[in-house]
Parts: sequence; structure tokens; C-alpha cells
Amino acid sequence: MTQEFRLPAGGRIDRSELLSFTFDGQTYIGYRGDTVASALLANGVHLVGRSFKYHRPRGIVSAGVEEPNALIDCNVTAAEKGTREANNRATFTELRQGLTTKSVNAFPNLNFDIGAINAVMARFIPAGFYYKSFLVSTTMWHRLIEPVIRRAAGLGVSDDVADISRYDAHYQHADVVIVGAGPTGLQAARTAAKSGARVILVEQDTECGGSLLRDPVEIDGMDADLWVATVEAELAQADNVRVMTRTTLSGIFDHNMLTALERVTDHLDIPEADGDLRPRMRWHRIRAKQVVLATGAFERPLVFRNNDLPGIMFASAVETYLQRYGVKTGEQGLFLINNDMALSAAIKAKEAGVEVTVVDVRSESTGPYTERLQAMGVPFFTNHTLVEAKGTKRVKGAVIAPMNGDGTAIAGELQTIECDFIGSSSGYNPIVHLHCQSGAKLDFDPATACFVPGAPVSATPTISAGGAKGLFSLNDALLSGADVAAQALDAIGLAHGEKTVVSASEEAHPGSLHIRHLWLLPSDKPTSKGGKFWVDFQNDVTAADLELAVRENFRSVEHIKRYTTLGMATDQGKTSNINALGILSDVLGVTIPDIGTTTFRPPYTPTTFGAIAGREPGDFLDVARTTPMHDWHVEHGALFEDVGQWKRAWYYPKPGETMHAAVDRECRAVRESLGILDASTLGKIIVKGPDAAEFLNRVYTNKWMKLGIGRCRYGLMLGEDGMIMDDGVSARVAEDEFLMTTTTGGAAGVLSHLEDYLQTEWTDLKVYLTSVTEQWAVASINGPKARDLLAELCEDVDLSPDAFKFMEWKDATVAGLPARIFRISFTGDLAFEINVPADKGMALWTALITAGAKYGITPYGTEAMHVLRAEKGFIIVGQDTDGSLNPYDMDMGWIVGKDKADFIGKRSLTRKDMSEPLRKQYVGILTEDPKEVLPEGAQLVNLTDAPTTAAPKEPVPMQGHVSSSYWSSAAGRSIALGLVKGGLARKGETLVVPMPDGRNVKVTLGDTVFVDAVGARQHG
Amino acid sequence: MLLIRCPYCEQERPEVEFSFAHQAHKPRPEEAGEPLDDHAWARWVYYQKNIKGVAHERWNHAGGCRKFFNVVRDTVTSEIIATYRSGETPPVEESRVEGEALSFDYEQAEG
Ligand SMILES: [Zn+2]
Repeated sequence: MTQEFRLPAGGRIDRSELLSFTFDGQTYIGYRGDTVASALLANGVHLVGRSFKYHRPRGIVSAGVEEPNALIDCNVTAAEKGTREANNRATFTELRQGLTTKSVNAFPNLNFDIGAINAVMARFIPAGFYYKSFLVSTTMWHRLIEPVIRRAAGLGVSDDVADISRYDAHYQHADVVIVGAGPTGLQAARTAAKSGARVILVEQDTECGGSLLRDPVEIDGMDADLWVATVEAELAQADNVRVMTRTTLSGIFDHNMLTALERVTDHLDIPEADGDLRPRMRWHRIRAKQVVLATGAFERPLVFRNNDLPGIMFASAVETYLQRYGVKTGEQGLFLINNDMALSAAIKAKEAGVEVTVVDVRSESTGPYTERLQAMGVPFFTNHTLVEAKGTKRVKGAVIAPMNGDGTAIAGELQTIECDFIGSSSGYNPIVHLHCQSGAKLDFDPATACFVPGAPVSATPTISAGGAKGLFSLNDALLSGADVAAQALDAIGLAHGEKTVVSASEEAHPGSLHIRHLWLLPSDKPTSKGGKFWVDFQNDVTAADLELAVRENFRSVEHIKRYTTLGMATDQGKTSNINALGILSDVLGVTIPDIGTTTFRPPYTPTTFGAIAGREPGDFLDVARTTPMHDWHVEHGALFEDVGQWKRAWYYPKPGETMHAAVDRECRAVRESLGILDASTLGKIIVKGPDAAEFLNRVYTNKWMKLGIGRCRYGLMLGEDGMIMDDGVSARVAEDEFLMTTTTGGAAGVLSHLEDYLQTEWTDLKVYLTSVTEQWAVASINGPKARDLLAELCEDVDLSPDAFKFMEWKDATVAGLPARIFRISFTGDLAFEINVPADKGMALWTALITAGAKYGITPYGTEAMHVLRAEKGFIIVGQDTDGSLNPYDMDMGWIVGKDKADFIGKRSLTRKDMSEPLRKQYVGILTEDPKEVLPEGAQLVNLTDAPTTAAPKEPVPMQGHVSSSYWSSAAGRSIALGLVKGGLARKGETLVVPMPDGRNVKVTLGDTVFVDAVGARQHG
Repeated sequence: MLLIRCPYCEQERPEVEFSFAHQAHKPRPEEAGEPLDDHAWARWVYYQKNIKGVAHERWNHAGGCRKFFNVVRDTVTSEIIATYRSGETPPVEESRVEGEALSFDYEQAEG
């Protein structure tokens, strides 16, 4: 409650606004402008989490998005259900009044964590533990290992209700997008702004300034604040520039399609008050001609024994907490560094009244910062290693020792230095994530011991500047910002005026890092003995784990990553990767560039799913296509089935009726009297032109040239590979016009397939294709009373069997509506498909229902349709076929026009393999017990191979599978269809279907037609 | 997400309007009147060049004019080097990146 570590003055926080918040149930106070992490540190709280695998106590290590340890769940009370968010970085979460937060990975609580038992068991959880555990018996995995791991591991807790927040999407175009509004990005924006280009400057932080927020250096003769404000004012004047703060550029995709997440209301005390229409976040998709990456650099830590104790953090983080938030990390600080730049933090700490010691791993330390520290009387140990950090829940001290010349071993007396925090720096890594996402490669710069951006990719051009390019001196960065903006403008042919050249005050920064890279600090014991050397905090990967992986012969860094889990989870190795590569390079004896890096993938930082979904969750996720009669189906209690994007009535249960009973009732109605199906969803394509018949002749297997006007024909469509791809009935409307129907789900694919051939192969054919699927509504009436009903509503057509034959169609007036009647049948019963213009669909449907009442007209859905067609053995493409079955396999050789000159698939059908007798072939399957309905997908095996136990040790050779299976009242028993090796010649043979419950169900193969084998009904 | 210029609409449009069809310039052998043996036919049906480098591809402006057209694309960088109408001669030849053979050796692959 006291903020005892808050400095009396300074920082960018607003001391007039006190905010209270909770962390693990305890209430704390901070200021507006704080992050949760800075407010916790102000209150002396360092222990904020437990590690993923060993449940080690972990503290805040950074002051930014790269934080691996300080993960918190936000909005954690019951009253905030629907807004909870897991795994936020406390170092990046803005404080607001009343914010509730909770640590992750701690059970039962942070201070007494039962999972720390894992730490005692550490030697049993080495690298590759998960993979090795998979190799033990599955029983042991399921019963023992997995439950234990699940209980102890895992990060934050997600909400168990839907997200109630609102999110928006925003699309933008820009000439130049500049990522990062630090000194480099600001200078780039100024230059770009003057050209008149459309410029967007994106900054993830709450305000512009970048490193100046931590280290406010005088620029252009102004103090940092004034300089930033001046530039901001200049940009605000330019109406071609948009500056977006609190916005993270998360991804770069092909041709510079950028995604950016803008946090709009999270930082407000009342995030979404009534009437406040602002979304919680906006998801921006920006198409940019050029992208300037001024994303800066991350500091990386040195790796030493017990380097994960709370209180050990990045040197730059110590500096940020002091300068930006006015918070002292502790009273006694030890700075462990290997470069000049990091000493800035030690100076700031000393100036703030902290007791400071510097341990410099370099043999010499001579830069301007060193001189200042020595002048301030700070104890300075050069060529020293940190042997081991001491403490349990907070660092209490450090054992240091002199090193030998090459820094591989200690060479001298150990001594212990008391401290309550350690600021560590092993150098800096340019933030190259976005550069790499664009597809560009990295180069290794030995002078600064880091990867820097390589040449950009021409299709997705980005240019890096400043720290992101490996320029760590402020003056270099300022120059490069303006240079790179000019370069970007040149690339898109926009003239730029004079570059604005500014410089920072002379003594501000050392000219270069003077880095000495020691990837692993020498200690008195090897890495495998005593305390651990942590490389990846978030995944608990140690130096010993990496060494073990190499001993087990892992070589590729991508493999080592997966084996050890290095660089996974929410921080994606932002702080750990280079250290790991350095250690691997020492162990493998190869250079870092030869090891290479792992892949950088979007998003740059974790992104809320809700923001990506925007306004399109739930029903808005995808288009729902409904038929003109849809509302009737809804009113009459239909359940729906998705077929492609269509909502099709599945079945119409009466109150209390099971699915089985409803489907059975619907099927019986069709066979005994009258049923009606909404068939509007079938694909319908007009094929028109002088060569329409020739075209159909080439795309279907059978003959079409002589089909008379007014007649219909079933067609089977193959791919070039000879396999069935679609089927349907086409009608000849005129000499030069056909109406083709396709399967509901196949319509779009068939149209595209046909267009491809017309436009690219058969350009001489004069044919046009037009999709009319949605122009027609179709009611299909089926059953013995179908003609009686239609006769009542249609007076201008003679419906008698001789006048209107099966497979004919006629123009007609039905219920006063203009219609086309097709006498075709997918049920094998007497059937008429009545097509009317779509807007007349509901009128037709209700007229049929009303007039059909006397026949007990029963609406039936797709499930009954499937049963009825199965009773007749009619195939459903995609259910009974799977893209590997040809017409002969389906016993449909009768539809193949062998003497036709050509059709798609013809040549493939002549291949020897296509008529191989042991191919899977289409057969009927009857169970020994007529009441047993087989599960679809069930496998068939030979009688002699029938397994004797539920889980046979040896695999049994499969003979085939069940593709369709139903109860059929018309057949008085269960029926099934399936594909069986050589099945056509095996009718009458008995096979066995082993069931999941261990039973062997005997079945007999037979014909595929179960009802009305002679086909009398449909011709009736 | 790619930006593709449709040579019929004569506009650069986003990738979501298009669908990839298949390798370009792969006419049906039967059309050319060359009867192929089973082996050669199977190659035509089942094998694609799968170029790492500059490739000729056929795309469809499915959400636009519905025309099929050809694209010269660098499959490594996804750069669209050119687009042209069906039936036109490719303005840029195919090429594989260094170290990759220009044409796939089917015989070797089939052992
Ligand atoms: Zn087009």
C-alpha cells in the first residue's frame, strides 16, 4: 500500500491520479501511467509468477512486450465474466482504477506452490521429457504422466463464457507505414510527411518517444520531451500522416499486407460504459507500398547459475523503471554487463541513491560511462564472472570471481557481494521479427554479436532503420531514420524534400558497444551440477538441456527448439534465442550464422482472437444460404444440416419425437402416400450455345447429342483421372440450351471446372455457362399420390403416364404460378420436381402443403432423402464415393459411352489399373440380424480374419468399409451400402464387421437395390 | 496476401477474389492428337512441375470476372512477375532457383 520503492519525484507517471488494483487478491496502489509491473515494483513486489515446468519462483525481468515471466490474467472476478483475458504481460498492461489481476501457474498460491515439487524432481524432467514420455506405454501416459503435467503446468485461465466485448475491423492503404515511434521512427515520419505521401506511424506504446522514455537525451538542442512534442505537433499538422499509438503491428504478409492491433479502451477505468460505442480493440489491415521498420532492439541477459531468481532483470529494465516510472528496483544493485551501453542504467541507479556495484566481464572497461561510474566511486570488477546468484524468492547476493584470459573458467578467489537486484546485459538484439515475416533473411554481425536484417524481399519490401538495423548509437539511429524514409519514397517514385537532420548531445552515448560475448558465464561447477543456468525462462529451458539435446545428436536449431521447447509459448523466445544459439555454437563448435535462427511467425505479440473475428463471430462467421422456403421449415420445427453454405432441412421432428422416429415417419409417408422435399439447393447451370450438346458430351461420360427437347438425362462427371467428381440430371430446354443440375455442395466446383475447359481447352466451342441456382425454387413431391396432388393444381398439362413420361419435363402453370415440372426421381417413387422463380417458392410450397393435406403430405428432410435413395442404391457423390472411385467401381459401366470420341476421364478409364478386379466396388451389405444398423465408416474383414478380442494385437487385413447405413421401413430391416475389394464378384459372401464394443457382426454382400428392384414405382 | 492484376479486368485486386487453378500451359495431350501410353498419360494426369523459382500458374478470377488467366509467379518470394490472358505467350520464362533442375526427372523419381 505504501509504494516504498517509488522515488519522491520524476518519471512520466501522473502522481495526481492514485489508482488501486489487485494482484492475487491483495490490493495495491499505483499511479496513472504505471504498468502493472511498475506498480508492483513500486510496492516492492518482485515475485510475480511460477515457471512453467519446475514452478520456480520468477520475477519481473523486463519493462516491455518481451517479458517472459510476469504473466497475469486480467479481469478475474466473477463480476467481470466475459472480459477475462489470460497471459497478459504485466510489463505491458496499463494500470487502471479497479483492475483485477492474478498470477499464472501458481497452485495453491505464489508463496507456497505445490508444483515446486517438480523442482525437486528436476533431474527427472530433462530436455525432451515430453517426447520420451510418449515412448513409454500409452497407459502410463494417460493414467500417470499426463494428469500430473496438466495439473502442474499450463499458463493462465481462459474465460468459460463468450467474450462480451465489441471489436472492429479497419482497412487502410498507405504509401509508407513506419513501425515504431522512437527517435528513428519519428525522424523517418518527418521526412516522409514532407513528401505528401500517405504515411501511417504505428507505435505499440502509449506515447511516442521509444528509448527516450527511458533515457531522455537532449536532441536538437531541446530536452527529449520537448523534442518529441515538437515532432508530434509537426506530424499532427500534416493531414497526410496518421499517428496510431497503443497499436501493435503484429504481422507482415505477402505484398505488404499488414495487420495491426489497436487497443482502444483497455486502459480506461470503465472500459465499456453504456452508450460508449468505442470497440475494445480495432484490427487494422493495412496495404502499404513501403514499410519502414524502426522497431528498436531488445536487451538480452547474461546466462549464469540461478539467473532466474526474482530481482534479476535486464539492465535497461532497471533504467526504465527508474526513469519512466520513478521506481527503484531495490536498494543494493549489482550490474552485470558485457558492453558499454548497459552502464547507463548503473549511472541512473547510482544517481537515484541506489548502492551500486558493477561486474564487467570484459578484460578492459574504458568508455565514457565507465569513467563516470568510476568517478562516482562505484566498485568496478573487470574480467569477473558471476559464479552464482544467491537467494530463494528474491536474489540476496552474488558470488563473483576473476576469470582466466579467454573467459572459460574462474581463476581466483570467490567473493560474495550483497545485493537485492541484479541488472544484467549481454548486448542487444535488433527486433527483426517483422523483417523476417516479410520473408527476408538475417545476417550475423560479429561486432555487435547479433543478427541484423539482410536484403529485403522484392515482393514484400521493408527497410529497417536504427536499433532494428543494429545501429545502437542514438546519433546513428536519428540519421538512419531520415535516410531510410527517403529511400522508401525513392522506391515508390515520390519526391522527398530535404531530410531533417538532427543530433543528440555529444556525450550522451558511447559510440559503440565494445561488446565481449560470453554466452555462458564460467562457474565453479559444470552446468549439469548445482543450480541451473536458465536460457528460456518461460519454458524452463536450461543450458544443460541444450547440451543434452546436442549429446543426443540433435543438430538443427529447429529440431533442438522442438525437443527442448526453447522459444515457444507467449514470448516466442524474444529474450532467449540468441543466448541459446550462442551456447549451441560453443557446444557444436560452429559459428552462430551456421546454426541459423528459428522461424519468426506472426503475430509479433499475442493477439486477442476476438479482435481478429471483429464483428463476424457466431452467425456472421460465414455466409448462410437459405432457400425461399426456409422460414416455413423453421416454423415447422425443422432441424437443419449444413451442406456447403446452405442450410438444408434435415428432418422435422414432432414434439417428443426422436430423430429415428421422425425420419422413419417421413420415409413411410413417401412410400405410402406423399412427401415433399425442398430441393432448391441443387446447383443449376444454364449451358447455352450452338455447341451446348457437344460440350455436355465431353464433360459427361454418356451421350447427349441426340437427347430430345423436353427430355432429361442423368449424367456422371469425371475428373481427368477417371474418378467420379459429380452427378446430376440435365434437361434439354432447346436445341442450343440445357439446364444442368449438380450436387448441392459441388455446384461451385463444377462451374469452375467447366469454365476452365471452355476458356482454356475448348476455346472453339460456342457455349456460355450461367449459374441459376438461386433463381429457381424447387419443390419435389414424391410418392404414390404425387400425380393426384399435382393434377389438382395444374390444369394446362396432361399428367397422365403416357402424356408425361418419366425423365421428361414440361412448362406448366402450377397453383397459378409459372413453372417447369421435371418428372425425375431421387427416391425411386413417383415424383415431380416443380421449379418456379425463386420469389414464388413460398407460394408454391404453401399451395402444395395446403392441397396435399388430404393425402397426409409430409415434409421430409435430407436424412429421409438419404434413406430413400439408399433403398434404391442411388449413390451420393462424396458419401459413397471419395474421389478414388470410377464408374466401374460403382457398377455404373452402363453410363460410360465407350464409343464416344472423347470425354473427360475417358483416357484414364482405359488404364489397366482402373478395371483391376480387386478394386473396391460398390455393394449392398445386409446384417445377419435385420435390426442391427451398422455405423457408417465401419470396416469389413474376411470371416477367417475375424478378431477374437476387442483390441487385437496384430492388424487385420481390411476388405472394405460401409459408406451408407440406415434403418429402412420399406425394406423391413437395416440396409447398408459400401465399398468392398472385388465386391461385385463376391455377392452372397459373408464377411464380418468388428464393432468397437468387441462384437463381430456378420454381414452378407448383395445387390445395392433394396426396394422395388424392377423400378416400377418411379415409372408409375 | 497477394495483389494480383487480372488481365481481363485490368485491375490489381486482392488474393481473396482469386483461386489458384493449376500449373499453366499443360494442355490435354489427346487434344494434340498424340496418343500416349499409360505411363506417359499418368504423368500428365498426376505430376506437376512444382517449381521452386519462377513458375507459370493458372488462376481464376473467381470472385470477379470468372476468367481463367496465367500468372508468372516467383514461388519463393511470391512476387507476381506478370499476368497474361489465356492463350497468350508467357512474357517471362520459367526458371528454378540455383541448384534446382529445370525439369523434374520423372524416371528417376519413379525408380
Ligand atoms: Zn477479372
